[in-house]
Amino acid sequence: MTTARRFVLAGAAVFFVAVGLSACGERDQVTVYKQGKYQGKPDTKPWENGPESSLYTTSQWDQGNKTSWEAAVKTRNLAQNEYNRVE
Amino acid sequence: MARMKFLCDAERCIECNGCVTACKNENEVPWGVNRRRVVTINDGVVGAEKSISVACMHCSDAPCMAVCPVDCFYRTDEGVVLHDKDLCIGCGYCFYACPFGAPQFPQAGAFGLRGKMDKCTFCAGGPEKDLSKEEFAKYGSNRLAQGKLPACAEMCSTKALLGGDGDVIADIYRQRVFKRGKGSEVWGWGTAYGKPDQPKAAPAGAKS
Repeated sequence: MTTARRFVLAGAAVFFVAVGLSACGERDQVTVYKQGKYQGKPDTKPWENGPESSLYTTSQWDQGNKTSWEAAVKTRNLAQNEYNRVE
Repeated sequence: MARMKFLCDAERCIECNGCVTACKNENEVPWGVNRRRVVTINDGVVGAEKSISVACMHCSDAPCMAVCPVDCFYRTDEGVVLHDKDLCIGCGYCFYACPFGAPQFPQAGAFGLRGKMDKCTFCAGGPEKDLSKEEFAKYGSNRLAQGKLPACAEMCSTKALLGGDGDVIADIYRQRVFKRGKGSEVWGWGTAYGKPDQPKAAPAGAKS
C-alpha cells in the first residue's frame, strides 16, 4: 500500500468517524430561565404617553418624564387611603 | 418607585365582587375568563368568614416566567408581569406553575380547544402601541399609561383591595392596622374600619 493511499484511507476514516459521532450530540432541550430574558415585542413605558392621549384622566404629568408620572400615580395611589379623606 | 403590588385586606372584603365586575367591564374580558375572582373561606361561620380578592400577584420571581417554553413573559420597570400573546402557544405550563391560578385560557374553538393565555395585566396593557385598538383587543385597558391605577382597586367600595406602589399601599395598610382593635374578641366593623375616637366631653349645661 502506498503512502498516499494510506493518507487517503486515514482521512476518510477520520471523516466518517466525525460524521458518525456528530449524530450522538444533543442540544439542551431545557430552556434556561434568565432574568429579563424575553423573546417578544418591546413595550413602551407608560410615562411616554402624555395625559392628553387618554380620553378621561385627572392625572397630570409631563410627557416622557418618569418622575412626574410617578408623582401623578402616587397622588392617585394615596387617594385609596380613606383616613386621609375623612379626617 | 418600588414595585406595583396588590394587597387585599381580608378584614374589609365583603365579597361584593365589585373588583371582578370592574375588571370585566374595564378590560372587556370574555366569558370563561376571570382575571380576578373573590375566594371565601369559612362561608357562613360568624366571625370566621374571610374573603380575599385574588388575581395575578405580579411576583418578583414569577414561576410563570420561569416555566414558559417560548419566553413570552416580561417584567416592566414598575414590576408588572406581562406577556406577549403573539408568542404564547397556549401550552398551559404557566397555569400549573402559578400558585394563584392567575393564568386563564379562553375557549378558542370547538371541543374545548385552548386559546392563548390571558391574565391580569395590572391594567398596564401589553406589548402593543399604548392605548391602541390592538392593545385593547389583546390585553385590555392600559390605565397606567393614563396615569391611573387598576380599576379593581380604585373601584373597591370598602377599600379592601389596594393596588399601586408597594411602599405606598404598605403605608396605607400599616396606618389601618394601627387603628384597629386587637384580640380575638374584636372583629367586624371595629376591625375593618378602626375604633371610633373617644367622643369629646359635652360642655357643661348642654343637652345630652
